[in-house]
This record gives sequence, C-alpha cells and structure tokens, in this order.
Amino acid sequence: MLITCKRSLALLFATSLMLLPAIGFADGWQLNMTEGVTSISKEVYKLHMTVFYICCVIGVVVFGAMFVSMFLHRKSRGVKASNFHESVVLELLWTIVPALILIVIAIPSTTLLKKIYNTDDAEIDILITAHQWKWQYEYLGEDVSFFSISSTPPSQINNEEEKGEHYLLEVDKPLVIPVGTKVRFLVTAGDVIHSWWVPDLAVKRDAIPGYTNEAWTQVEQEGVYRGQCAELCGKDHGFMPIEVHVVSKAKYAEWIGAKKDEVLAIAEASKKVLELDELMATGEEVYNTNCASCHQADGKGLPPTFPAIAGSAIAMGELSGHLNRVINGGAGMPPFGEQLTPVEAAAVITFQRNSFGNDMGQLVQPIDVVTFKQGQ
Amino acid sequence: MAHGPAKGISRWLFTTNHKDIGSMYLWFSFAMFLLGGTFALVIRMELFQPGLQIVEPNFFNQMTTMHGLVMVFGAVMPAFVGLANWMIPMMIGAPDMALPRMNNWSFWILPFAFALLVSTFFMDGGAPNFGWTFYAPLSTTYAPDTVTFFIFGVHIMGASSIMGAINIVATILNLRAPGMTLMKMPLFVWTWLITAYLLIAVMPVLAGVVTMMLMDIHFGTSFFEAAGGGDPVLFQHVFWFFGHPEVYIMILPAFGIVSAIIPTFARKPLFGYSSMVYASASIAFLSFIVWAHHMFTVGMPLFGELVFMYATMLIAVPTGVKVFNWVTTMWQGAMTFETPMLFSIAFVILFTIGGFSGLMLAIAPVDFQYHDTYFVVAHFHYVLVPGAIFSITAAVYYWLPKWTGKMYDETLGKTHFWLAFIGLNVTFFPMHFSGLAGMPRRIPDYNPLWADWNMISSIGAFLFGGAQILFLYIVIRAIVSGKKATDRVWEGSHGLEWTVPSPAPYHTFTTPPPKEDMQSY
Amino acid sequence: MAAEQKKTKHILIKLLGLVVAMFVFAIWVMPPLYNLICDVAGLNGKTQGQYVSAVAAEVDTSRWVKVQFVAVNNEGMPWEFQPNEFSIKVHPGEATVTHFVAKNPTDSIMVGQAVPSMVPSNATNYFHKTECFCFNKQTLGPGEEAELGLRFIVDQDLPKAVKTITLSYSLFDVTDMSDSDVESKEQELQALHTNELSILTEFVPDKPRNNYIHVANRMQPLI
Repeated sequence: MLITCKRSLALLFATSLMLLPAIGFADGWQLNMTEGVTSISKEVYKLHMTVFYICCVIGVVVFGAMFVSMFLHRKSRGVKASNFHESVVLELLWTIVPALILIVIAIPSTTLLKKIYNTDDAEIDILITAHQWKWQYEYLGEDVSFFSISSTPPSQINNEEEKGEHYLLEVDKPLVIPVGTKVRFLVTAGDVIHSWWVPDLAVKRDAIPGYTNEAWTQVEQEGVYRGQCAELCGKDHGFMPIEVHVVSKAKYAEWIGAKKDEVLAIAEASKKVLELDELMATGEEVYNTNCASCHQADGKGLPPTFPAIAGSAIAMGELSGHLNRVINGGAGMPPFGEQLTPVEAAAVITFQRNSFGNDMGQLVQPIDVVTFKQGQ
Repeated sequence: MAHGPAKGISRWLFTTNHKDIGSMYLWFSFAMFLLGGTFALVIRMELFQPGLQIVEPNFFNQMTTMHGLVMVFGAVMPAFVGLANWMIPMMIGAPDMALPRMNNWSFWILPFAFALLVSTFFMDGGAPNFGWTFYAPLSTTYAPDTVTFFIFGVHIMGASSIMGAINIVATILNLRAPGMTLMKMPLFVWTWLITAYLLIAVMPVLAGVVTMMLMDIHFGTSFFEAAGGGDPVLFQHVFWFFGHPEVYIMILPAFGIVSAIIPTFARKPLFGYSSMVYASASIAFLSFIVWAHHMFTVGMPLFGELVFMYATMLIAVPTGVKVFNWVTTMWQGAMTFETPMLFSIAFVILFTIGGFSGLMLAIAPVDFQYHDTYFVVAHFHYVLVPGAIFSITAAVYYWLPKWTGKMYDETLGKTHFWLAFIGLNVTFFPMHFSGLAGMPRRIPDYNPLWADWNMISSIGAFLFGGAQILFLYIVIRAIVSGKKATDRVWEGSHGLEWTVPSPAPYHTFTTPPPKEDMQSY
Repeated sequence: MAAEQKKTKHILIKLLGLVVAMFVFAIWVMPPLYNLICDVAGLNGKTQGQYVSAVAAEVDTSRWVKVQFVAVNNEGMPWEFQPNEFSIKVHPGEATVTHFVAKNPTDSIMVGQAVPSMVPSNATNYFHKTECFCFNKQTLGPGEEAELGLRFIVDQDLPKAVKTITLSYSLFDVTDMSDSDVESKEQELQALHTNELSILTEFVPDKPRNNYIHVANRMQPLI
C-alpha cells in the first residue's frame, strides 16, 4: 500500500512538472521562452511549443505504458511473467513512426532556418565587436561608434545595496535601433569568443576573433530589450549585458544626430584645463566602470593576471609610460585609447597616480592625452 | 594461478587481477564523484541567490571547469571501466582481462593525472577556468599558465582510457569462453565493446586537440589563432568530433547495465536483444556525424546547419527503439522493485526526458534560443545524471552482493533512491525554466528574474549531495556487516556471473564454464 | 594459451595502429581538410587566396552589387585601421580598387596581419581578390602611416539573392612572430634616416585621402 502511494505521488509529481509550462506565473517564476518582438522570434516560439507538445504526447504514451505495467505487472499481485521477447512488427512500428514524426518536425524547422538565413538588404548595418567584457557598437557608414558597459554598481553586486530591477541587464550606453526597420548585425570579437544574444529578438550569434558573423532583425514593437553574452569569455562573462532600445524612426534620426554632435563636443571638452578635484572625481568614476573589474576597487588587482595599481611601477613612473599603457594597452591589457575620451583618460590617469597610496601629486590634462596621441 | 591476493599495499600497487583493479577504479571514481560534487555545491551555493557571496567570478569559472572535467573524466568514465573490469571477464567466462599488466598501468596513471589537474588550484593563476570544453583562444592565448598542467593531465587521462579500451576489446574478442558467441554476450558486454571502439577512435582526437593547444601556446604554431592563419572555430570542430562520441561513451555502458537489470526484476527476457545491439551500433555510428550541432551559433552556412540538424534528429530513432524495448521488457513481467530496479526505472524515465530536450535542442532555428543557456545545462544533466550516475549506482547495488558476498540494506537503499530521485529533479528540472527564461550558463551572478528557480536548484543539489553520503554509508555497512548473499542473489538473475559463488573468488573461470550456462537472456 | 596470446598481441597492434592513425588524423589531416572544406564551401567566411583569371571577365552592367568594407582591431593592436570608403557599388565582372588606411601610433616598429572574413558565406566563392594587402604581413615604423590596396572583381555568377557583400578585416599584432620583418624595417629606417628622406607610404594612393568616413571616438582628424 505504501509503495502504491509513493508511486502515485511520483506520478503526480512528474505530470505536474509537465503541466507547469501551461500555467502562467508572476515574475521570478517565468517558465517559458519569450515570444519576442520579431516575426522570427514568434515563429521560433511556435516551433518550440510544437516540438514540446509532440514530446509531451510521446511522453504520456511511453510513461503511461510504463506506469500501467508497473501497476498491473507486479509480482506482488501474483502475476506470472510471460516470455515474449521479440516482435518484428512492433519493432518496425517503433522505428517507422518516430521517423515519420521527425519528418513532420523537420519541415517547419527547415523553412524557418531559411528565413533566418535571408540575405536581403538591410537599411542599417551595425558592427558589433565583443571585448573582454564590453560590447562595441559601430553604426557603419555613420560616424557613430561607442562602447557599452554594464552599469550595475558594484555595491549591488556585493550585496551592499538592494538590487535594481534590471540588475546585470543594464548598460551605460544602449544600442538604439528604429522600429520596423531591417537591421543587420555584423558580429565579431577582439579577443576571445563571445556570443551576442537578445532573447526577444531571437538573435544569438557567436562573436569570434578574426571572423565576422551576420545576423539580422526587424523589431515590430518599440521598447527596451535585454540580453547577455552567451559564451564563456573569461572572468566577467556574467557581467557583459546587452540593452537594445527600439525607438520610432524619428527618434532614431534624432538620436543618431545627437551622437554625431557628441563627437564634436568631446573634441571641444578636450581643450579645457581642469582642476585636481574635478579630475579626481571623474577619474574615480571612470576607474570604477572601466578598471575596477580587473585592478579591483581597492587598486590591489588580482596578481599575477591583473597587477595592482597601488605602488605599480607604471603608475609611479614616467607619465609617458602610463599614458602609453592606458591608451595603447599592452602586457595583456586592452588599449583604452578609443574607448575613453581625452577627458576621461586624463582623469583616470590622474586618479591612479594620486590614489591607493600613490602620491605623484601630478595633474594630467586632456590636452596631454591629445598631444600624446598625435605625437606618437 | 590459483594463489590468493598478495598481502598489504603491494596487493593494490602491483595487482594484475581484474577484480582488484575493478574495485580500485570504482573507489577512485567515487572519490572523484565526491570531489566533483563538492565543486558543484560551491557553484550552487554561489547561485543560491543573486549577488556575489561565496566566491569571486574567476574562481567560479574554475569551479565550473573542474566540476565538468572531474565528473566526466574522473567519475563517470573510470566507474564504467571499473564495472567493465569486474564484470566483463565474469560475463564471458574469461579468467581475467587479456592484458593484465596494462590493466594495472591504465588504472595507476589515473591518480597522477588528477593530482596534476587538482594541483593547479595551488599554483599562481589557479586552476583551468575556461570551461570543460576549453574553447580556444580563451584556453590558449588568454589562459592562465597552468593550462600546461591541464594539457598533460588530459594526456594522461586519455592514455589511461585508451589502454583500458584496448584491453576491453582484446578481452571480448579473444577471451570469450567456448560457446559464448557474440550474439550470446550480455548487452553490457556488447555496449562496452562498442564504447571501447568509440574510445579508441576519439580519445586520440582529444589528445590531438590538446597537443595542438600545447604547440600554439609554447611552440609558436597557429592552429587556432586567426593571426597566424589558424582558426578558433577549427578548435570547436576538432573538440566536438571528440566530444560528441564522448557523450555516448558515457551513456552506452549505461544502456548495457539497464538492459541487464530490468529483465532480472521483470523476470522476463530482454525484449528485442538483437535490435538493442543494432541500435547501440547505429547510435555509435551517428555520433560521428552530428558534432556540429554543438555549434549552431558559430555561423555555419545554411547547408551545414541543415545537414547537422537532420543527422541529429535521426539519433532519436535508435534511442527511441531502446526505450520502447525496455518498456516492453517490463510489460507483462512479474516485477519487483528492489533498489537496482528503482534506479533503472528512474533511468528510463529521466533519460527519456533528457532525450526530449535533446530533440528540442536539435532543431537548429530554435537552438539559437536554447544554446548556452541553463536549458542546455538541464538537458545534459538529465542525460548524464540519471543516465550515467543512476545506472552506475544501479550496477553497484545489483552486483555488490556478488563482489562482496554481502547484501546491502534494502530499506536504506530505497531511501537512497528516493532522496537521489527527488534531489535530482528538484535540482535540474527548474533549470529548464531558468534557461528558457533566458539565463545563460556559466555565470556566477544573475538577474533576480531567475532567482526563485536557482534557489530551488540549490536546495535540490544539497539534497542530492547528501544522498550520496548515504550511499557511501550503505556500501560500507554492507561490506562490514551485511547479511550473507546467495550465489544467484536475485531470483530472476541470469548469466555466467551468477554461476560463481558469492563473493566471487579471486580467480574465476580458470576453466571455461559449461555451454549450457550461456543461453542469451 | 600461446595461440591466444598471439591473437591478443595481434589485436593490440591493430588497435594501437588505430590510435596512432586517429591522432595523426586529428593533427595532420583535420586542420588542412577543414581549410579545404572552408575554401570550397566558403565556410566561416574565409575568402579565397589570390585570384588569377584566365579570361578577362565580362562586365554585367545590368546589375549592381553593394560591397561594404569593415575594419576591426584585435585586442592589443593599437594601430589606427580603417577603410577609405565604407561602401562601394560595383557591377559584377568589373575590377575595382579600394584602400584601407593603417597608422602605427606607437614608438616602436610593429608588424600587423589582416585576416579577411566575408558575409554572406555563399558569396565567398564569387569574390575574387587580384591584389590584397591581406596576402602579406604589414610592417610599420613608429608613427608611420600606409595606404593598403585591395583590387577585386565580383563574379558575374554571384547568386542573385546576394545584394550586399561585406568584407571585414581583423588586424592582428604579429610583431612577436615576425622578428625578420622587424629587423629589415629597422635597417630600412636607418638607411632612410641617414639619407634624410621622408617616410614613404607603401602604395601610391590613387584617390585623395580626405574623403574617408569612419569611426567616432577617434579624435585626431577633428582636432
């Protein structure tokens, strides 16, 4: 009796697990794939559900037969085991029927895959370059290129502050694309393999150094869509989110115009002479966003891979050496010359030379950075 | 020949006896299982809730990497080799393995391989942190210096597996007792024969891929480096050419175990013996032409995606045949549900669920959403934990009385089963949901969106881990103070291994068994 | 027993042969085989090597194909690297020349290697490069700038579905692997220095340089 009871419990457990996807739950209990916001993502979702339901039916038949057998054909019920152990008809049947089911699944899969591989012209081409651990977006043919970095503050990650709604799924500068427009992504990487994935767009493409992959999307609904890097890419693989803002065509035009103006504004700002406290404040900010993941917030680094800034020969040495390392990279560190504006570069160098016990007492101005870059 | 074992430590160091070596393999693999399990629990602890609590991200990556490596190469594979050592000679009426001294070697180099691998934890740079799939260039240009130790460790493990596999093939082909034709061999022997061929075919490919890494890192070649004319995607092709057959290496012997246990407790012959053999062989064959389904997102041309999608879907056919055959074996039997049977039934059910998610993953356009998420983690744990771990556990309960001459405690065994069964499902079923909801794998921290499922998974993991400690207790208790077992042990047992006394004497079948003991069953 | 042992030895030798064969297969057969398949099938967007045509191609003026150029720097490569023009419209069969600009901003000699990649992959077999800087390593002295030439023909047989071809170059720093290139550059620079000659660019540009559009965050041209 106890055994029967256990078994029916197990049965209940198994079936309830299978039924779960049909029930909607509140946040935190999301069960199923997103339908997404593109025609492709909706078809992907439909195909996913079709195959899932086919699996459920097969499961009910197979497990049903098993449970019936386990209930009826128990020695404790006094049954005698029969001795059949072969049946050509049966064995042919369960070779052919699954094969037919597979063909039924293969047809829509092939059609959908062909749609995903469509190579029609796109209105906008965006080059996505993955770096450890940030994304770079370059609007090809426009004068717009920027880096996109996780904007979740370390205090949230270290549990000193309550986590926001978009914890680890938020960035400083999102990718902006217009609604109802075919956008093509060219995906590549600068160091190791990453993978650019936004579930709502049903786009996941590996970013591979030396190769350029292609994907496209046409989003039908304005909104903010979030994703993450999907291929293990080292220490901060879990901390390189993606944020896509889909806006109206007019807003997009406005945005891209503003981005172009920003380039001029940065050039203007680079000519200013800044005070120490201004530089230190900006520098600390820049340090925490760009440097702290490797060199750590306390400047002690994670030797031997990520050396300390505190007491480092470069931060305490010639300024040109420090400028060179930050702008051109080296010894395993990526170059930040493109990513940081001259103001940011000057500020962070000033900060590094006057923090963590480093006391160079030296101010680095944006113009120094510009001169260094030109003088090379 | 007829001497007993030597005394003391030298018995174990120099033994060429298949039973001693089998026992050492099994104990070693259990130790590795606990070690890999500890790594898994560190992972689950960190993922218990969002935020970084226990470990820092780089160490988290070391944990996921070492968990995978230790479980695959340290726990599952040696356990199957241990079972093969113990059972294959006894199942085919052979006095020992064909190459007993090589047998000693293939075991004893294993602890060194793992000592090498685990020692990296204590070195500058730490343990491997690039995932058990070690994709270049993360594992070459961007790897910690300790990667060289990892490479040599893999080389030694590979050599051990190859030697073990050669030994098994030679034993099966050459040492079968007169009258033991191929089609009379128990299915465990058949699946291991096929597995051994797979091992011999693909372990050298693994050796090749790590050798190419070694040369890229230290000798200036550019196999996987785009700058020098190489290609990081080539790494993935070569790795998965090894990796996919490897997956079947970890499941085929399990098919053999379950095909021995279910008939015993259903008291009815295995349904479709020959179709089981053919299905195993075709699964093994197909495993060589589906590797790129692990790489649907690398940007293969449409044609490539389609070919690998179709080939992968095809695997469902022979696998389905096997599941249907097991169910039919149970049909109209007279079943009892001792611990090995419980584990075997759970194997069939849960492995089938893993098969379903496998079919879903095979659909390339949808795989773009599943790939590298927790859905994949759920899938392969559903295949490997019930598939490999449950079948090995079932095998231990099933043959332990033969090995030790003592019975285990049935109530404790069933308790172990239910704890493990519930623990497994609580751990891995929610991963389907968190994966579908968009959680990538191999991340140390995540959005609260997936917090609830992760918390459940972590609780389940500790339950599952605890169940394994109970398993250790049950086995030790049986050895120390179990009730005496009969020679047949199980009412429905069939096969040569049950014709020898319990415990099996140090040397069995020094003279071939009579032919009438060998009806296929 | 002796016969048995002989047979075991026989099996052992055969299986060891298989092991060695598979190892050789992995290292010496799979990589070249993979490259061959990539070349033939255009896998991974690997473009073909230098193209030598037997007959002069006929220009198909009825059709336009958009060819885009993309430049990517691999990590640790501080060179400025960009195409002169991002997008060109060409007729199939028409030979076209375009340029990329590379500048070495550091104060040491560096060697770069550009690795080409193309999408869509079914276009790779129809894009012929008759001259390309990607066939060779590029060596640049401190502050040196070069125009890197590319001459190509899009095949008339390019599948009709392909309207845009994107050719991207990833630039890698291969200085560590190119000691001889660095040395010869050193000598060249010394010779130039003694002759008080200015540094020449590698290709004579056939278009003025000032029309390039590319990449924000790149301050020099603006200041």
